[in-house]
Amino acid sequence: MKLVGRAWKYGPNVDTDVIIPARYLTEFRPAELAKHCMEDLDTSFTREVRVGDLIVAGRSFGIGSSREHAPVAIKASGIAAVIAPSFARIFHRNAINVGLPVVECEGIDEDVEKGDELEVDLSEGTVLNRRTGKLFRASRYPDFMLGIINAGGLVNYTRKRLRG
Amino acid sequence: MPQTVAEKILAAHGRRREVEAGDLLNVQVDVAMANDITAPPAIEEFQRLGVERVWDADRVVLVMDHFCPAKDIAAATNAKASREFARAQGIKHFFEGGPAGIEHALLPEQGLVGPGEVVIGADSHTCTYGAVGTFSCGVGHTDMGVSWATGEVWMKVPHTLKVVLKGRRAPWVVGKDVILHIIGRIGVEGANYLSMEYHGDGVADLTMEDRFTMANMTTEAQGKVGLFPVDGRTREFLAGRFQRPYTVHEADPGARYLDTVEVDLSSLEPVVAAPFLPSNVKPVREVSGTTIDQAFIGACTNGWLSDLRIAAGLMRGKKVHPDVRCMVIPATPTIYRQALQEGIIDVLMEAGCSVSTSTCGPCMGGHMGVLAAGERCVSTSNRNFRGRMGHPESEVYLASPGVAAASAIMGRIAHPEEVA
Ligand code: SF4
Repeated sequence: MKLVGRAWKYGPNVDTDVIIPARYLTEFRPAELAKHCMEDLDTSFTREVRVGDLIVAGRSFGIGSSREHAPVAIKASGIAAVIAPSFARIFHRNAINVGLPVVECEGIDEDVEKGDELEVDLSEGTVLNRRTGKLFRASRYPDFMLGIINAGGLVNYTRKRLRG
Repeated sequence: MPQTVAEKILAAHGRRREVEAGDLLNVQVDVAMANDITAPPAIEEFQRLGVERVWDADRVVLVMDHFCPAKDIAAATNAKASREFARAQGIKHFFEGGPAGIEHALLPEQGLVGPGEVVIGADSHTCTYGAVGTFSCGVGHTDMGVSWATGEVWMKVPHTLKVVLKGRRAPWVVGKDVILHIIGRIGVEGANYLSMEYHGDGVADLTMEDRFTMANMTTEAQGKVGLFPVDGRTREFLAGRFQRPYTVHEADPGARYLDTVEVDLSSLEPVVAAPFLPSNVKPVREVSGTTIDQAFIGACTNGWLSDLRIAAGLMRGKKVHPDVRCMVIPATPTIYRQALQEGIIDVLMEAGCSVSTSTCGPCMGGHMGVLAAGERCVSTSNRNFRGRMGHPESEVYLASPGVAAASAIMGRIAHPEEVA
């Protein structure tokens, strides 16, 4: 699967409290969550984000709470994938379960600037920055996780298994 | 092959003879817990699966603690959806109103979690139960909905970080200082994807409540679970509470650890974690001039009875500084009543604290003590991210109950010694 998109750029340790602040957690409809995605960190995000955009960030993206509202809000904002050198465990897990591709890619945050156009190849495990021409090796999912992503998330995957 | 505790528990629950770090497998779940924020979306996911009944109604636990007693109509609606689901499914461990407390204190206290079991919770601090030897970790609400249907969850067997505790603590050093010290050393991703396993003679120096606090904050270093050995203190805590027969797993000699961290407990002093990361740890004496607007003693980290005792010990006969609001929230109603009986609540209220019903309250900026722009709070909770307790321009310093109480009296960050 190949994605081409424009990058949003954030630093390290983007936590779940800024991805979707707790004051909105009585809500869990994706479109409603998307209205407040990243607002405590970057008020321009919700105004300017376009379907197919990518988020590139520093280490430990998604640290903090187990709120699945975080990957849901990002996905519902139209973001096609998040790329960072490392992700917080629960965020990574939740992203797979909801079908938001997360790509572990060492050094990406040092090369990419806001607005760069990137090509992400999920099956090959590569990220290309079209502006700098730099090609990055990224993580590939184990088959088990690919199975979940290809099924469109854990619920669909499990439905199939239960009917199995 | 020699195994770690995490590997042994996961192998037993994955119907394997042994597993190795990195293996992916489905494991059987002993308890699956959600709260008022995560239960409603988990219920939706469960219903999308087209399964009628949860796999075992006695092993599902629902706790209405985050935005409850309902802070607004949306919170009330979420609690109602959870309540209706509990009734329809015959879930008896549904906690709301009087019997409800903060989930991570409530489950151990009520004897719902025990050694050698696998517990998942749709809340990141589910790792707390590692204090009693449970392989417990936080998951999302999709995982929760699916596990309610299948009784299973997918797991990647974690590598293990061995933490060796040595010696005895100095006065005023509690579990909170020990875990903040460790997070300060290894950083906020120091245990990412890892199980932390505690070893060493220093473990015996820690009370169960210290261990709960420490296991709780495993997730602040991104750890999956923080496992303590099961010793005499653990057995004493479990006696009369935890009813299921249990297996105590010990790490094999030669088990493989990714890394080892040694901590000399006698060298530690009271610390705080300054904004905006739990790893931004500094000795109290270095920041003791910092003025505060609020002190919060509570949350799943430090709303235990021993925490309230420490606070009351320092506040007896003293007054909260006129510029400070000090709020105390016992983690469970049982703790609240014990504190009442011991006269602790009276001492705290006499000193000028507000005391409220057991809830997460201001810990995540939900209600009952949310911060305005520019306000600063010393809090016994576990996170100090930007905006965690309210306005994005407010600040949270994480500390032990002793430091929080001393700070409340002095109106600035203070060492307990200053008021003792
Ligand atoms: S007290 Fe705070 S950290 Fe603990 S469960 Fe509640 S909101 Fe989460």
